[in-house]
Amino acid sequence: MTSVQRKPIDNNSLPTEKIDRVTAFNKKKRSNGRTILNKLFIYTCLTIGAVLFIYPFVWMLSASLAPEKQMSSLVLFPETISFNSYAQVVDKIPIIRSLINSLFVSLSVTFGVIVFGSMIAYALTNLEFKGKNLIFYIIIFTMTLPFQITLIPQYILMVKFSWVDSYLALIVPYLINGLSIIIFQQYFKTIPKDMIDAARIDGCNEFRILFRILWPNSVPAIVTVGIMTFMGVWNEVLWPIIVIRNENLMTMPQLVTLFAVGGRAESQLGVKLAAATMLALPIVIAYAFFQRYFIQSMASSGLKE
Amino acid sequence: MKEKSFIPYLFVAPYVIHFLVFVSFPVVFSFFLMFNQWNIISPMKFVGIQNFYRLIHDDQFFKAIFNTIVFLVIHIPLQIIVALFFAVMLNQKVRFLGFFRAAYFLPVVVSGVVVTILWQQLYGFESGLLNRGLSFLGLGKIGWLVNPDVAMPSIAIMATWKNVGLYIVLFLVGLQTVPSYLYEAAELEGAGAWQKFRYVTFPMINPTFFLVLVLSTIGGFSLFIEPYVMTGGGPLNNTLSAVLYIYKQGFFYYHMGYASTLGFFFAGIILLVIVIQKKFVEKESR
Repeated sequence: MTSVQRKPIDNNSLPTEKIDRVTAFNKKKRSNGRTILNKLFIYTCLTIGAVLFIYPFVWMLSASLAPEKQMSSLVLFPETISFNSYAQVVDKIPIIRSLINSLFVSLSVTFGVIVFGSMIAYALTNLEFKGKNLIFYIIIFTMTLPFQITLIPQYILMVKFSWVDSYLALIVPYLINGLSIIIFQQYFKTIPKDMIDAARIDGCNEFRILFRILWPNSVPAIVTVGIMTFMGVWNEVLWPIIVIRNENLMTMPQLVTLFAVGGRAESQLGVKLAAATMLALPIVIAYAFFQRYFIQSMASSGLKE
Repeated sequence: MKEKSFIPYLFVAPYVIHFLVFVSFPVVFSFFLMFNQWNIISPMKFVGIQNFYRLIHDDQFFKAIFNTIVFLVIHIPLQIIVALFFAVMLNQKVRFLGFFRAAYFLPVVVSGVVVTILWQQLYGFESGLLNRGLSFLGLGKIGWLVNPDVAMPSIAIMATWKNVGLYIVLFLVGLQTVPSYLYEAAELEGAGAWQKFRYVTFPMINPTFFLVLVLSTIGGFSLFIEPYVMTGGGPLNNTLSAVLYIYKQGFFYYHMGYASTLGFFFAGIILLVIVIQKKFVEKESR
């Protein structure tokens, strides 16, 4: 860092890649050694990072497959594989049932959010009615409202509706989601109005236009909202813990949480890890196939404020 | 024409009904509950401002706020530094970009429960992976979750590990929007690496900074499952988070009125902190 003026381009710490592409060509011969060093540095860092993020999961998997005695070693592959921990989990808690519960709840909510979200977004973008702006502001306001305010009264509502210990408590409050409306709205804005007008002239009613014309043209938005919603509901633990006490109705993360916290898995490391692995597995498998969509959707859930 | 006029309302009806039942009623009712004492079963009792009085004298409430501040002070800078570091690395036209990104993002998609159970084992005092690593290097063991001074930082480190992948992706998106001619211009002016970062990259990815700040702050105030599973709020209530405290007051002691008061106050604090952050970021970017 001694001379600022004519330093060869240093691309190890800054996103200067685009300039590099232009200038590096000329300077290639001069800075060849340095480039290799930079590359080495970058790949070393990236690889260490990848190991840091993946290794704990691999360890979890291998520890859950090891017999209880060999468990606490750092070694990745246990000498003997044992499914004993998994058998114990299945034996002690209704984990398969909870998987079905979770799937049912998450898919129902996802479907509802896509249908209702796109309906409202359609009204906001393509229909004229009084109070349109008001609804838009309410959506934005609701999105900024911290859930800490509504947690207690929503529970009381569930008690009054007699929805405690029913799927309704897990599904209905989540059916509308402000962010999904905004995502659909942004996407619908890009679809040419001519298409909608032409359909109206052909005699399509508004529902038909939404579900038959806009939906097939909005697959990216549907995928984004779908994954975002599914993951949000699937990973939710606090709300299920509050409204579900019947073990047979519990969602999978909830059941595993209570299993890990309660006394039943105590001192048995392998059993806890087996339960955690079973919980992680469905999502990790889905992620392995559709990681691009997962990253896109979940990043866009952060991109909007 | 007449027929058409009611259709839009049909489209927004689900939203309006949901908003009235699940948002506006709860907020109003929660406000009303702040002035009452109620355990759901016996009749409600009007207590005036007693809940507020109790709140200002509630050591655990202030402890929960303090704990959240401890969490945020460690979590946010750590998250920004680590995320920015990897984002900058990934922005260097590397090979296997998809693989690295997918690897860093893996903890983001996995349930917080899984991550917490896993790290509980890593943090174990006697046989945890981290302490055995330290012993192997000839260093002393750390009471990751049992030492009151270390427990919250441990949770903050774990939360960073879990979430940083998301912020790497967000920063990467931000970095890719920085037009290369800005760097070329800066270079002509004789800017060095740090200067290019400070005066070109930083202002350009400012929105991402704000986003990371806000999301981390909301995340910090939503902290629940990690202390619930790992420490139960201990040791010495040093990992008692805001939501865990509301949960305890509401669903352990059934103090619905007081829990509502807490909810309102924590929400107010979150909004206040976010407004301050927004002001701060706006000032910095000028």
